[in-house]
Amino acid sequence: MEINWFTVIAQIVNFLILVWLLKRFLYKPVLDAIDAREKKIASQLEDAATKKAEAKRDKDLFRQKNEAFDKERVAKMNAVHEQIDSEKQRLLEDVRKESTVLRSKFEQSLKQQEQEIVDRLKKKTKDAVFDIAKKTLSDLADVSLEQQVVTVFIEKIRNLDGASKTKFIDALKDNEGPITIKSVFDLSDSSKQELEKAMEKITEKQNDFRYELEPELVSGIKIETASYQLSWTIDSYLEALKKESIITKEKENAID
Amino acid sequence: MRISPDQMVFWEYGFISLNLTIVTTWVLMLLLALGAWLITRNLKSEIKTSRWQNVLEMLVIMIRDQIKEVGLKKPEKYIGFIGTLFLFIAVSNLLTIVPWYEAPTGSLSTTAALAISVFIAVPVFGIADGGLKGYLRSYLQPNFIMLPFNIISEISRTLALAVRLFGNIMSGGLIATVLISIVPFFFPMIMSALGLLTGMIQAYIFAILATVYIAAATQDEKGIEGREVEGSE
Repeated sequence: MEINWFTVIAQIVNFLILVWLLKRFLYKPVLDAIDAREKKIASQLEDAATKKAEAKRDKDLFRQKNEAFDKERVAKMNAVHEQIDSEKQRLLEDVRKESTVLRSKFEQSLKQQEQEIVDRLKKKTKDAVFDIAKKTLSDLADVSLEQQVVTVFIEKIRNLDGASKTKFIDALKDNEGPITIKSVFDLSDSSKQELEKAMEKITEKQNDFRYELEPELVSGIKIETASYQLSWTIDSYLEALKKESIITKEKENAID
Repeated sequence: MRISPDQMVFWEYGFISLNLTIVTTWVLMLLLALGAWLITRNLKSEIKTSRWQNVLEMLVIMIRDQIKEVGLKKPEKYIGFIGTLFLFIAVSNLLTIVPWYEAPTGSLSTTAALAISVFIAVPVFGIADGGLKGYLRSYLQPNFIMLPFNIISEISRTLALAVRLFGNIMSGGLIATVLISIVPFFFPMIMSALGLLTGMIQAYIFAILATVYIAAATQDEKGIEGREVEGSE
């Protein structure tokens, strides 16, 4: 256990050299590398934080935009839905109206058709009735009936009133030439005389008469001048009746 | 029986003698410097680094954190001295597993040299940090009566540093040698393993004590606590 002082000095020198060497090759480079890495990591972290913040901002912006877009979309969808609904309603209304119009038209035409058929039927019936009446009367007509007709006719002339009478009298008075009397059968002389007398009495003058046969009258008599004619025949009677029935019918329709 | 590697002299010229201690120390220096250079010549500051670099960084950071823990606020300033103390002693003790190797720390000359280095380094760091006045004032703490005791403490602890390390390493080697002559198998191995442990602990103790002394000298708050650590040693 002794100390070799040369060795001590040498070891001190050795140790100092080793300190320098290790400082030079170990501590300094390692610590520098660590510092550099720490700086690098710090800067990277900072960078990451910046990027993160940026990303968050972008994300927020994107989300906001997305929300706005969603809202807008919903609003637009609603608007479109409303529009579609109203359009549908309108179209339905149109169709309904149209169908109503068509139906009413159809109903009208149906009614009209029905009416026409009814009318035609009525007319036919009427015609038939009148034809039957006419046929019956013509079958029944004979001279004695003619006689009766003349009597009724004279009675009618006598009973003419107001304007008709004046018109009749004027027509006969102004008449020049013979007065034509038409009948189905040949009138008997007594009938002729009676008729002429009656006429004379009304017109207060001598008249010239001409007699003609006209089988279409069915039964009755007709007085004709150049400008006037007066008749009382079954035919005209039926005509008048028919006309009256048509008017009545029309009135009924109008009421309907 | 040879106790110290100093006794094995290769070459001698008057005062100058080239013994095993010096030669081994040179080899160790070469090993340390070369290893450090090989690993640090292409250091990367990337996130991903080589395994060797990781090991070195771990080591350096550990030493730095230890120095910081003791109370020196700028560990980078002291890491060269304290870190080298630790690494040199640790490596020199670890290599005892190599056959025929004799640790230079098993020579009192080496441990004395290291202790003297600490003895000189303490005032040097103290003056560098707080000025000459500030350093000298630390001898008057807590009052002037303590001045002689402080001076005695300064010298005695240097002596203690040298003898402690020498005693531990030398005894380790000696016990191994003795055991080999008595029971050649198995037991020397256990003693060698124990020696490794002791060597590491001694390296740590030496370095940490040096740190504590420097911390005390640099008037650091925690440095005063460091004196108590010394007292308990």
